[in-house]
Amino acid sequence: MLWIAIRMLTGDAQKFYGLLFGIAFSTLLITQQLTIFVNLIERGASGVFNAPEAEVWVMDPVSRTTDVNYAMPSTALDEVRSVPGVEWAVPHLRAVASVRTGTGDLEGVAIIGVDDATLIGMPENMVSETKSVLSQPDSVVIDDGGVFNLFENGEDPIGQRLELNDQRAVIRGVADSIPSFTSQVVLYTKYSQALNYVPGTRNRLTFVLAGVTEGETAAGVADRIEEQTGLKAETREEFADAGVDFIVENTGIPTNFGITVVLGFVVGVAIVGLTFSLFIRDNIKQFGALKAIGVTNSKIVGMVSAQAALVGAVGYALGVIGTVTFIWAFSGNPFFKGFYIPWQIPLISLAAVVIILAITGWIALRSVLNTEPASVFR
Amino acid sequence: MNAESAICARGIIRDFQAGQSTIRVLHGIDTDIRSGEMTYVVGESGSGKTTLISIMCGILWPTEGEVQVFGTDIYSLSDTELVNFRLNNIGFIFQQYNLIPSIDAASNAAVPLIAKGMAIGPAREKAIELLEKLNISDQANKLPNQLSGGQQQRVAIARALVHEPRLVVCDEPTAALDASSGRRVMDLLREVAVAPDRACIIVTHDNRIFDLADRILVLEDGRVTHDGTDMPEDH
Ligand SMILES: Nc1ncnc2c1ncn2[C@@H]1O[C@H](COP(=O)(O)OP(=O)(O)OP(=O)(O)O)[C@@H](O)[C@H]1O
Ligand SMILES: [Mg+2]
Repeated sequence: MLWIAIRMLTGDAQKFYGLLFGIAFSTLLITQQLTIFVNLIERGASGVFNAPEAEVWVMDPVSRTTDVNYAMPSTALDEVRSVPGVEWAVPHLRAVASVRTGTGDLEGVAIIGVDDATLIGMPENMVSETKSVLSQPDSVVIDDGGVFNLFENGEDPIGQRLELNDQRAVIRGVADSIPSFTSQVVLYTKYSQALNYVPGTRNRLTFVLAGVTEGETAAGVADRIEEQTGLKAETREEFADAGVDFIVENTGIPTNFGITVVLGFVVGVAIVGLTFSLFIRDNIKQFGALKAIGVTNSKIVGMVSAQAALVGAVGYALGVIGTVTFIWAFSGNPFFKGFYIPWQIPLISLAAVVIILAITGWIALRSVLNTEPASVFR
Repeated sequence: MNAESAICARGIIRDFQAGQSTIRVLHGIDTDIRSGEMTYVVGESGSGKTTLISIMCGILWPTEGEVQVFGTDIYSLSDTELVNFRLNNIGFIFQQYNLIPSIDAASNAAVPLIAKGMAIGPAREKAIELLEKLNISDQANKLPNQLSGGQQQRVAIARALVHEPRLVVCDEPTAALDASSGRRVMDLLREVAVAPDRACIIVTHDNRIFDLADRILVLEDGRVTHDGTDMPEDH
């Protein structure tokens, strides 16, 4: 009977494709929007991910994220270094500046001053040249996303001169970094050099990045730093979460994506529900005949379930393939750099598909079960 | 109860609710249907023919009365038992054929066997044998909408007989057909459906085929007013 059920469904090409479209569309919308949402809010932590060596981030107690920060007195560095369990500690400066490009445009950039000696605070990999180019005079390294922003016409950024807060800067390398939430251009330079670019306020030590000695946990050392210095210290995971939370709390992004996901679900219920009901209504006489001939209600439930399962499996697969294709097609676009589909998301959309089909299948099924077999003689 | 009775209906009353009031459609019908005969149920529109055969074949509960089909009191069975009883004992032919549009003629004719759990291959083979008897085995692989009305009704007849039921029930089998194909379908039905151990009830308006009946029951306002081998004079 399941074979008959499947043939009944696939034989009605228009409705079959309508159902597949409904499920695939919902899956695509939910999966794709959740993927973009997760990747986007994770950008709130890009500053943390781009400094992979730092195990503990130390900051002024009012600082919240890598970008929402308040500088500390320069004595903080030595205080952190004197805390037991701190293997190393380096200064880290984050500030904003204006840059005048070759064409005369003014652009806001983030300046990140990394430790002169170790270059800790830079992303792990470079797209072109090496980190050591920072030793050359007036050297800055630009992030790869920034290249797209600053050199839209495809010019080679290496060797380009910039005017950074009226100071000379020369791009000598491109870093492979995760774009920030705002996709702002990032320029890495040595800490000592960064002090020249950022106009003098008294305190210009935004963070102290620290590593912990073997046998210590980052959380334990962070607690000890807080106790001993009165500064705020967070492990890299905590600080990454803080960056994500900041985006979630301070932007309309969760609401907007939430609305789209709910819409995807509602549209799925609407399309699938209508099409499924139409399909059942068109076939109600046949179902009635089957019931009269001697097909039990439980077999009818099995038939409609098989139809729903087929639509669900194929539609869901199409939707997921669509999302993967979408992400893949845009992988060359700097905005989508590093996008991935967390494994939980396909499960969420699968659950949504199951719920859509359970609701609509049940509604459709009810009319079949309520059909009197005697109605076939009318 | 008569030994060769296929159906034994006693005191059948059926009421329908129409708004506030209750309409009595069948007023206590007592009748037996015998195997080996083709029994026609005729009467004016609204006289209760469909209601009566629906009750006799186990798809409509009587308000009062008892129906035995081959000795089984069918309305004392549980729902599932009754469904399985129909599957094993009764073949149905509907006015609108009610074939499944997306499977071919052979598969449509094989539906009762498939419902009984037979594999599709052998079920289709059996169905095709029957389609041969009905002279449409060459149409076995066509979809219902590629067949004429007469051909579709022959596929429906094959579906009603393929599992060798002991009772065949038809409601207006020729109503959707023109005169000549209606006549041909009924000739064929008589040829393949009538057997010594099988009963066949046909509801019809179609006076062109009355001569094919072994027995004619006339229903008027929910009562049997004539029971004989021919039509009464005044009809
Ligand atoms: N489900 C129902 N609900 C209410 N009334 C019904 C129902 N089924 C039948 N009736 C009524 O019962 C009466 C007999 O109906 P039935 O269908 O048995 O007549 P029939 O002899 O088959 O007529 P026709 O030749 O037009 O098919 C009619 O008056 C009809 O309106
Ligand atoms: Mg009728």
